[in-house]
Amino acid sequence: MPTLAPPPPETPEAPAAAATDGLAAVRARFPAESITPQQGLDQPTWIVEREILADLARQLRDDPATKFDLLLDVAGVDFPDREPRFDAVYHLCSLSRGARLRLKVPLAEDQPLPSLIPVWKAANWFERELYDMFGLQVSGHPNLRRLLCHEGFQGHALRKDYDPARRWILTEDKIYQPKFDLPQTADDLFERMIVNIGPSHPAMHGTFRLMAVLDGETIVASDVEIGYLHRCFEKMAETHNWQQVIPYTDRLNYCSSFINNVGYCRTVEKLLQVEVPPRAVWARTILSEFSRIMDHCVCNGSTLVDSGGLTNFWYMFQPREEIYGLLESCCGARLTVSYGRIGGLAQDLPPDFMERSRRLLEIIPPFIDDVEKLVDKNRIWIDRSVGVAAIAGDEAVNWGWTGPCLRASGVPYDVRRAHPYDLYDTVDWEVPVLYGGDVYDRYRIRMLEIRQSLSIIRQLLDRGMPEGPYITDDPHVALPPKEACYNQMEAMIYHFKLIMDGIQVPEGETYSMVEGANGELGFYAISDGSGRPYRLKCRPPCFPIFSTFSRLIDGGSVSDAIVSLGGLNIIAGELER
Amino acid sequence: MSAQRTALETPYPSSPRPYRPGLAERLYLPLFSGLLVTLRHFLKNVFRGTTYTIQYPEERRDYSHRFRGHHILTSRPDGSVRCVACFLCAQACPAECIHIEAGEHPDVNVEKYPLVYEIDMLRCVFCGYCVDACPEEAIIMSNNYDMAYFTREQSVVGKADLMKPFTFDENLLGYRPRYPEEDEKRARMRRQAFSLVEAARQAKEREELAAARTAGGALQ
Repeated sequence: MPTLAPPPPETPEAPAAAATDGLAAVRARFPAESITPQQGLDQPTWIVEREILADLARQLRDDPATKFDLLLDVAGVDFPDREPRFDAVYHLCSLSRGARLRLKVPLAEDQPLPSLIPVWKAANWFERELYDMFGLQVSGHPNLRRLLCHEGFQGHALRKDYDPARRWILTEDKIYQPKFDLPQTADDLFERMIVNIGPSHPAMHGTFRLMAVLDGETIVASDVEIGYLHRCFEKMAETHNWQQVIPYTDRLNYCSSFINNVGYCRTVEKLLQVEVPPRAVWARTILSEFSRIMDHCVCNGSTLVDSGGLTNFWYMFQPREEIYGLLESCCGARLTVSYGRIGGLAQDLPPDFMERSRRLLEIIPPFIDDVEKLVDKNRIWIDRSVGVAAIAGDEAVNWGWTGPCLRASGVPYDVRRAHPYDLYDTVDWEVPVLYGGDVYDRYRIRMLEIRQSLSIIRQLLDRGMPEGPYITDDPHVALPPKEACYNQMEAMIYHFKLIMDGIQVPEGETYSMVEGANGELGFYAISDGSGRPYRLKCRPPCFPIFSTFSRLIDGGSVSDAIVSLGGLNIIAGELER
Repeated sequence: MSAQRTALETPYPSSPRPYRPGLAERLYLPLFSGLLVTLRHFLKNVFRGTTYTIQYPEERRDYSHRFRGHHILTSRPDGSVRCVACFLCAQACPAECIHIEAGEHPDVNVEKYPLVYEIDMLRCVFCGYCVDACPEEAIIMSNNYDMAYFTREQSVVGKADLMKPFTFDENLLGYRPRYPEEDEKRARMRRQAFSLVEAARQAKEREELAAARTAGGALQ
């Protein structure tokens, strides 16, 4: 049986005070001029000189008073008119204390950044992304090459002077050839071979290229290449106004696109300091949970298909189909919903929302029961999954894991519990935890979470739909109602201004997160007041998880690699943005 | 209280503790209850016909009235296009798929109308922002999702095609502005307007048919 994390603390102020004390102690150990705190932001922010970064990172991680064990995100920011030109922005989180810290490292183009891989292994891919997108050098990185853009790409896409419409053709001679540094023995020459699995392979959900050195059936070493679905979400966000980014967020984690909408809208709302009406908050919570159920259904269904259990796929996809029906009746699309709007929702909930949701609550559990009966104690599935791609909690945290995969490794971190948003702190629910850290427990934890989500939805439905507007009435944020727009001059002007110029978000920066289906989905937004995001960095939960993939599958067999990929629930749209 | 804060006890588990199957599981016994599940579903599907497959295109999924499908350019009662070429939809479009060229309308009250109105259906992401942006209710969406083209050129749909699927069967309309407080009177007025346009369209069709007949007769 899963152990359940205790409810959230009732006095969050006390640890917050302790956190600042711990930070002050760490800061005192470095020269005063090398760390400058930046005031007036949403979380503690330090501007740090790059020379001390590696030392500081280690101390922040190891000092028991700070204990920033999770590197959430590394974002680059380009300020062409500033000296030095770039900022590398690190977001740290301390799981045990719930504290957060942002480190900004200003650096010029020719100044290398120290690699933080020895401190947080999660830094590996984040630093590669930084190099790829901004051309920043990282000293001490073992494999600093492009990550999201292909090898034939020239220039660095997220620099401000890069033309968003510029394209490059990937010629055959530029295709990445992996070099594996393996000790060669006489036997190996005959036995080993390199096999490409993917990018177009039915078992590589999405398009990933896995290059594996095989010794018989065993994977001796492997390397992954991603970026086949990279669609420059962040660059496109800079060329669109704030509302227009919402359809782009749908395509991040397309299995639960509504959660992305919510995550993005919450970030902009935080910048704007807009109040979202209770009806919209209520609907957002319910639909987010439905989306989570859908996502877990897809993940578990397809993992079981990969291991040969096709029947489960049909049973898991039926609830998903029904939820799509509900989402479609709300917003008119099944997959790419675009239902969230800054300040609320795109449309009011349909009149039959309550009945439909209640019907879903009746439909979904039997299917989940059926799948559990089929596989939970099925020895065939147990043999395929128990102990496969296992990772312990401390290592998973170091790799930057969040979400169900981390909770399957014994760390009960859930954004909904640790940093409650929307209505999650008003309902009674539990964070399921399992300790296997393998494919079997990742499957089980998703099943348990589906039940928790159902319970959250049931409680919220019982509470009744709050009356009132579905979107804020601030005319600088939300379009006025159509009726008003036709009949009142004021409303018409607001309507035109909002469409032509977009929402005018005041200058500032913020990081805001929601619990996505795969873990912490964060958006780091910088606004310069121009009506478009100056920089929008998405923290995709499966990005750090997938960076661990080689470590998980090395030493196992090829069939284990396939099952473990399914269990991690890597969504290419979110991974590669 | 602060003791509870350490919900995440550190150090985190440093070695995985995998699930241990019991004796029954090792003897493959629970497999049979799984087989019963599939058998139950099989019998249900055979005898009660509860299959979920939809035999598209003979059968179709029933979509709501908010479905974001193929766009419709609505028309005035005289059958001319309602759009006034204000470019708000093109501005709001995140995919930049709307192309408008404006011309001067003979009626001074209308001022402008689109000479060219094209939507690239392959670029369109069907987000419905154009409908939200339109101040004239000139662009709405239908729940038609059958869009397939042989060439890329065909996918750029012009004014004529956008007005063609305009239908007065309310069941085929999709995403469009809604008025929660819409009263019966307004609905009736709209139906009237629709029926006027429908009558105009039918009259036009009859004319065309008659013209085609006479042309055919002339050929003979």
